[in-house]
Amino acid sequence: MSERIYVFKRFERFWHWSQAGLIMFLMLTAFDIHGTYAIFGFEKAVAYHTIAAWSLIGLWVFAIFWHFTTGEWKQYIPTTEKVVAMANYYLFGIFRNAPHPFKLTQLRKHNPLQRLAYLGIMLFVGPLIWVTGVLYLFYDKWAVWGFGNLSLEWVANGHILGAFMMLAFLIAHVYLTTAGHTPLAHIKAMITGWEEVD
Amino acid sequence: MKHAFTRAALVMCCAGWLATGPVLADEAKPLKLTTTADHTKFKELQKEFKSGPEVTKACLACHTEAAGQIHRTKHWKWEYLNPQTGQTLGKKTVVNNFCISIASNYASCTSCHVGYGWKDASFDFKSEDNVDCLVCHDTTGNYKKPPGFAGNPVVKDIEFPPGSGKIIKGIDLSKIAQKIGKTSRDTCGACHFNGGGGDGVKHGDMDTSLAAPTRDVDVHMDAEGLDFTCGTCHSSSSHDVAGSRYTPTAQDKQGARIRGKADKGNPATCVACHGNEPHKKEARLNQHATKIACQTCHIPTYARGGIPTKMVWDWSTAGQRDAEGKHIVRKDAKGHITYESRKGDFTLAENVKPEYVWFNGLVTYTLITDKIEKSEQRTKINTLGGSATDGKSMIWPMKVFRGTQPYDPVNKTLVTPHTAGNDDTGYWKNLDWDKAITVGMKDSGHPFSGKIDFIKTEMSWPITHMVAPKEKALACAECHSKDGRLAGIQGIYIPVRDNNKLLDTAGWAIVFLTLLGVFGHATLRIVTARRH
Repeated sequence: MSERIYVFKRFERFWHWSQAGLIMFLMLTAFDIHGTYAIFGFEKAVAYHTIAAWSLIGLWVFAIFWHFTTGEWKQYIPTTEKVVAMANYYLFGIFRNAPHPFKLTQLRKHNPLQRLAYLGIMLFVGPLIWVTGVLYLFYDKWAVWGFGNLSLEWVANGHILGAFMMLAFLIAHVYLTTAGHTPLAHIKAMITGWEEVD
Repeated sequence: MKHAFTRAALVMCCAGWLATGPVLADEAKPLKLTTTADHTKFKELQKEFKSGPEVTKACLACHTEAAGQIHRTKHWKWEYLNPQTGQTLGKKTVVNNFCISIASNYASCTSCHVGYGWKDASFDFKSEDNVDCLVCHDTTGNYKKPPGFAGNPVVKDIEFPPGSGKIIKGIDLSKIAQKIGKTSRDTCGACHFNGGGGDGVKHGDMDTSLAAPTRDVDVHMDAEGLDFTCGTCHSSSSHDVAGSRYTPTAQDKQGARIRGKADKGNPATCVACHGNEPHKKEARLNQHATKIACQTCHIPTYARGGIPTKMVWDWSTAGQRDAEGKHIVRKDAKGHITYESRKGDFTLAENVKPEYVWFNGLVTYTLITDKIEKSEQRTKINTLGGSATDGKSMIWPMKVFRGTQPYDPVNKTLVTPHTAGNDDTGYWKNLDWDKAITVGMKDSGHPFSGKIDFIKTEMSWPITHMVAPKEKALACAECHSKDGRLAGIQGIYIPVRDNNKLLDTAGWAIVFLTLLGVFGHATLRIVTARRH
């Protein structure tokens, strides 16, 4: 028998899916700007990328506010507990139909590997992209802001590195949504808010 | 609106005043209201003029200081001391890779001098009567100074060259003098559109298409739009016209000119009107404008008006004759000359993409006194200063004109051949380099060894005219691409052009490995799921 837990609240789901859409659109335009392909062309891709970036910044302002007012930020505190068990599960257990080592609750809705991955994204990849991205946008203000010696090349390459890491994360993240007790369980949960647990 | 009201008020006042007099109020004035003098009414001009200087005398009777003002200008002296390099330049001195030099060719070249009678080195530069007022101030379009007359107009029909059967018609200087007015695209263009010996030959961004251009050819001069004259930007003070190709303003940090603000800068720059932050919608473009000259994006190609410009001139192939010993002229499909026995081979082009360089306004010429080693590299007639790091340079568009021209391999100098002239030594008549260079070098006063070789040269012309409407400015991807227009520009990071290959490889490797891991994991899951 399975029970249902309400894990993802309305705002959280809105945040997740609009962020997902924006990030995918940012990816699409990013590699257009980068010259990998030309769907919109450089000029339009830059314009769209900028709009999407500001939208995501706006969304983040709300999300950060929400996380702190609701205390949900605690969901991202890293833990070493069951990290090895989770890794073991993904590496071996999952192929043997072993039980999932992590019991999801409303207070712990991310498994320890998720916590680490999201925290890594939020503490490393995210800031890398945002800092370099905002610098990139305000290139003309560097001298005024006292960053006159900054190298555009390094800023640009940092931004590109962030993009590749984000893309790799996106792939892994999307794949791991299928690692629930049914392939679509996690996705359903992210849509409805209700996760079925064993 | 305010204008119209003022004008209406004026007309009403004048009408009231005129009603008491015998003059008919509704008679149309022949001249624009922008001038207060109708020169047709001047007794001094109501006579037959037999020569240019006679007209000038009449002009100077009222405009007493005009000749003196002209005497101080490059237009008169054809000489310019570049304060940055100490070089004496000007048409009198420089050697280029078009018609090469004016030495010994005065009577032909000085048809574009603002004076009368400069036929040899003895010309009196102090003569006031020899200043040509009409060449800049004619409004009729009838004033002509044919080559070969040392800058004099032809007032009586004459056969020229003598014995050729070609008649040059005399012009009525009196009519022209009475219709005198402000300078125009036509008067400036009479010489500047035809530099290098023909329409559009030299500059590439100036040709007769600018006499009455469409908006696409030049957004400012657009005859049905803003209708700028040359003088709108190249504003003059005391007959001294702003703007110079010897000391161009590569970077204008002063911003837009405002009345009352002390300003010694060049009023002909884009910035002089548009300021340094001209892009209202896209602030990002203002940041581009700190390193890129306006012209780079806003003049996507030159020679856009349907008139080709010369790109290459090879003097070394000149001198061929046909079976009958006559001069040869070859033309392309459009009727433009591509070979002349007198001049050699030409390459012409329209809608040309400029070449781009860092340029700080410092131009150093290779003069006839400079020693040149012949090598595989082209000798630079003018060398442009500039770099990404000097803080004074901008990325500028250039027409780079390439040529092969006569050279003295013993003295290792460029030479000044005698080309134009209906005489035994003029190259254009007799196709004899030996005589032409001997006479030409004697005239310019430089040694000639008697040995003749040819040397490859190039000359850079900053592109600044033929500004396109903003919607036709360069698109981002023209430079933000792998082999874009700025492919050769060093010292700056251009996104896309300068993508880091190592980073790209590593980045895609991470993405690929992630995908591989995901697919491997998924496959294992599917396979093992079946087993259970």
